[in-house]
Amino acid sequence: MPEHAALSPSLPQPAALLHTTRASRAGAVGAGGLLALCLSLPFWSELSTQQFAVELLYTLALAQMWNLLAGYGGMVSIGQQLYLGLGGYTLVGLSLKLGVHPFASVLAAAAVAAAIAAPISVLLFRLQGPYLAVGTWVMAEVFRHAIANVPALGGGSGVSLTSAVMVIPDAMRDAGTVWLATLLGFGSVWVVYGLLRSRFGLALTAIRDSEVASESVGVPVRRVKFWVHIVSAAGCGLVGGLVYLTRLRISPDAAFSVDWSATMVFIVIIGGIGTVEGPIVGTLVYFGLRELLADLGAIYLVVLGALAIGVMLRAPRGLWGSLVQRFDVHVFPVRRRLVELDGRESREPAR
Amino acid sequence: MIELVDTILQGILLGALYALFATGLSVAFGVMRLVNIAHGDLIVLASYISLAVMKLTGVGPLPSLLAVVPIMAGLGYLLQRGLLQRVLSRDPLPALLVTFGLSVIVQNGLLELCSADTRRLDAGRLASASLALPGGLAVGVLPLVVLGCALATIGLLQLLLGFTETGRAFRAASDDPEMAQVVGVPQRHVYALAMAVACGVVALSGVLLGINSTFDPSLGPSRLLFAFEAVIIGGMGSVWGTLAGGLTLGIAQAIGFRIDPGWGILAGHLVFLAVLGFRPVGLFPRTRDA
Repeated sequence: MPEHAALSPSLPQPAALLHTTRASRAGAVGAGGLLALCLSLPFWSELSTQQFAVELLYTLALAQMWNLLAGYGGMVSIGQQLYLGLGGYTLVGLSLKLGVHPFASVLAAAAVAAAIAAPISVLLFRLQGPYLAVGTWVMAEVFRHAIANVPALGGGSGVSLTSAVMVIPDAMRDAGTVWLATLLGFGSVWVVYGLLRSRFGLALTAIRDSEVASESVGVPVRRVKFWVHIVSAAGCGLVGGLVYLTRLRISPDAAFSVDWSATMVFIVIIGGIGTVEGPIVGTLVYFGLRELLADLGAIYLVVLGALAIGVMLRAPRGLWGSLVQRFDVHVFPVRRRLVELDGRESREPAR
Repeated sequence: MIELVDTILQGILLGALYALFATGLSVAFGVMRLVNIAHGDLIVLASYISLAVMKLTGVGPLPSLLAVVPIMAGLGYLLQRGLLQRVLSRDPLPALLVTFGLSVIVQNGLLELCSADTRRLDAGRLASASLALPGGLAVGVLPLVVLGCALATIGLLQLLLGFTETGRAFRAASDDPEMAQVVGVPQRHVYALAMAVACGVVALSGVLLGINSTFDPSLGPSRLLFAFEAVIIGGMGSVWGTLAGGLTLGIAQAIGFRIDPGWGILAGHLVFLAVLGFRPVGLFPRTRDA
């Protein structure tokens, strides 16, 4: 076909679709090392180190769950504290009242949060965009006020979980908490990353880019959003269970506090919304700043809010997004790349 | 029976305050498509500014409005020009997140500056004066003032939108920002004016809130949620619907409080959810083109 050849004088080399980058292969090794480090913490580190690691890991999981919902699902929520609170109160209901092993209750919290999220999404999805965001917040307030009216769950002043948690021997409890937190922190990254690289992830990124266009090519937009909401709720529920396993006292005002959402939102915005790496970077910045500004009290949140607004104005893709724009690194590549088989990477950007 | 009438009367007067909260929120949404998460915190900020004006000048809370309204309106203008204008786009979420950040800043800033102590704007005799109604009922003068303020504000806004050049510019910028700019509406200025109007209403809401009940820095978010619920219950885009939404919410809360003090706010939330479940367009819907 000489005519065809003339039209495209430089036919591409034999090529393959790759799903990894050099950074992702290095990242996999690094992640394996970090995972081993976290799992071994109970054997060699101070209790305070372990507590810090636990908090960092569950905060990372929260940020990943919010990023999945808002950054990929396009559903900005100010109400994920609802599922966190439900997770905490699962611990009250199952362990304190029924004597279930606390670790089992933490795992059950995921199921409870997911089961309650299902009817809630049917109701709230009638609202869109910013209205959905405020609607989720109202829903969290509904549960905060409702639980405050149930004396059996401690009412408005809350209840101590000490007697429920003390059934586990101290050493076992500390180690189990670290391992659960590790499971959550690493698991959240792995789940979000895995989801995004799957067929489901393709649908999700399509929805993120244009809801109307993806609907028109047959993506079941409502169903995908529904499942994203459920997964995110389950993740937040797990975190809630774990948080109150470590805090030993729960009250509706603390468990359903909007401050949880503020933490998630600020971390994801500062780190980079709509990337797997962003929440990791954001979590590190969050804890770094907290150590620096520990003496400032309420001012710390003012600084964090101002930083988030500054990032929204100057670098809407967050710290990681700006880095990617400049250096084209992808530790968690969710896009497919065309690579020529002679080993050179295609000139196409690795998107 | 008298008890029921009394409860509903209280609910109406509480609802009038909520309608006023909601009006400020819907001005910003109507013109800029901006859902201002910091709305409630700005209301509380206005209460604190009034407190400061009263301390400095020795006037009562209502006269302090002469200073608080211009201060808040100016703040609104600058906020829109300097910050919000930069994040407004077809995607409403960046602006939403920025106002969320603003909310956290205002709330914690107030906490740091003014402490967590509860305050009240002392309105002297106005706070306790009441009118006797036939049938042994009594109605406070203050709630009547609140109701009057709500009605007057909504009426004036309707006049502003319907019969003035500024109002026409608001509507033009709301319907089609690009085309409005083409025919010579200075969009940035008009948006900033709309935010100034919204914050003027916020100033009035904040002062009335402070006279009506105690306040502290943490009160903002719940005021935002009441305003939001009033807008959705009433039906988006309808000004008088917002008034009806506020009143519905107020009556629901008053009845809830009467049954059990712990159930007041919850009852309001449940009415909101019921409307969302059974009549998602709100009680008095009006499309924006009508």
